[in-house]
Amino acid sequence: MSARLWLADLRLTDFRSHAEFRLALDDRPVCLIGPNGAGKTNVLEAVSALGPGRGLRGAGLADMARAAGAETRPRGWVVFAEAVLDGDRHTLGVAAERTPDGGYKRTARLDGRTAPAAEAASLMRLSWVTPAMDRLFAGPPGDRRRFFDRLAFAFAPEHGAAAAAYERALRERQRLLDEGGASGAWLDGLEQEMSVHGAAVAQVRARTLKALAAEIAARPEGAFPKAVLGLTGPLESAFAAGAASADIEDDFAARLRAGRARDAAAGRALEGPHRTDLEVRHAAKDMPAAACSTGEQKALLLGIVLAHVRALAADPGAGPAILLLDEAAAHLDSARRAALFDELVDGPGQAWLTGTDAVLFEAFGLRAQKFELRDGAADAI
Amino acid sequence: MIELLGKLPGLGPRSARRAALHLLKKREALLEPLAQSLADAAAHVRTCGECGSLDTADPCALCSASSRDDGLICVVAEVGDVWALERAGAFRGRYHVLGGVLSALDGVRPEDLRIAKLVERARRPGVREVILALAATVDGQATAHFVSEHLSAIGVTVSRLSQGVPVGGELELLDDGTLLAALASRRAV
Repeated sequence: MSARLWLADLRLTDFRSHAEFRLALDDRPVCLIGPNGAGKTNVLEAVSALGPGRGLRGAGLADMARAAGAETRPRGWVVFAEAVLDGDRHTLGVAAERTPDGGYKRTARLDGRTAPAAEAASLMRLSWVTPAMDRLFAGPPGDRRRFFDRLAFAFAPEHGAAAAAYERALRERQRLLDEGGASGAWLDGLEQEMSVHGAAVAQVRARTLKALAAEIAARPEGAFPKAVLGLTGPLESAFAAGAASADIEDDFAARLRAGRARDAAAGRALEGPHRTDLEVRHAAKDMPAAACSTGEQKALLLGIVLAHVRALAADPGAGPAILLLDEAAAHLDSARRAALFDELVDGPGQAWLTGTDAVLFEAFGLRAQKFELRDGAADAI
Repeated sequence: MIELLGKLPGLGPRSARRAALHLLKKREALLEPLAQSLADAAAHVRTCGECGSLDTADPCALCSASSRDDGLICVVAEVGDVWALERAGAFRGRYHVLGGVLSALDGVRPEDLRIAKLVERARRPGVREVILALAATVDGQATAHFVSEHLSAIGVTVSRLSQGVPVGGELELLDDGTLLAALASRRAV
């Protein structure tokens, strides 16, 4: 099966370490090979910049600009790609332009015209695994929540707007509680908003969890251990149990109202979807992911992300996603690596991998296109 | 002049320079009439003590027009919203401009808005309905909730604009939140 979404051409201008960089591609997985500092991850980040959000490093537009030395301030940058989705070719360009006040402005163009972020998001779905995520299961809950929200966002781009509105209402309410003496009607209004948007956030999360669990369950136990996923939030649980949205909203609003004194004393809201954690267990071992070995954690994470891209491709409201795997092969033993590559070759979206050594990607054989990155240029090997 | 023009919304230093140059080139056709009208506006335009809109008269033309329905008050955040509704030409009642929306983070508090005046107006005999035409943002909706709480004691009908399918919009392209709002505010046909 060939990929339903792949990049046929990628061009970078003044992006991170790359002044001018170009890759001409076919639909096979892409392996970028080179020593540390060759700019491999920068290429993956450029691909992630084609989608919505802050990319795989969570960086600002200014950080992605190439440092032009001492002589001038950094200029803007451009990432251009030709993407093929279900056989149709699209051109997609994302640029960060300098603004008169010294900042950067992001503009996106799709098929030769300015495109709203939502439209670009519906074409360029992305999922990724980076070395920064190695501590995901043992690290702080906020990292897991953000990880899961990114998975949810790929299913439902409006998830971002609901999360932002919830966050805004949450901060406004806390400000009022911190200052004290605020009118009850104002707090009521903000809690109403928190409950509406918070329920929307929880609903998309619950839907995403269900889709992931179904996808994981549909596969036999293989090289990637099955994960049992759970969300700790009461709103997410209520949606999973089939409660009606209106009841969940009312209940949450009532709990917020009852918790005002507690939240004022704590200096933060102690309940709500902003406190939800993602629980991951190794199914076969019945063990929390955080207690598994480093290699197993990586395998669990890859298993979740692979299930995510399969679930996206199968969802009528979503579609195939490009998968970016930064240094992901290094932690895996050769059997798992081979199993990963087999899966990527048949994946719904093109996979992009980086590694320091071509040996890591030997199991691909001719089923992937491999490039060596050196001095800002890529040579096919 | 360039510095002042650059402070206008939507204009940066570069577009301010272009505007200034253009004005100086068209001295008689543009610069002098503009200066005159700016001076006129500064001298005569004031905030209407009744609705909070802007006009050369106080009460404004919209508040004093005898053809409009006193029983309906449409509450908006800014004067620009009055103009937008008037452009649509669909509303024939009176307006009330709050002067913004509540925002704890931006330091806009109830006493900064013209809420007391609204309550006073809504109490008048003959007022049947107050329509809250505020933005579907967190701040706009929190403000709508706050205002409706303050009006609930008066016994006047309070309504708000419905949210949902935009005119000419296709269902398939709507996000879930908008669809839910549209379903929640459906009506019999």
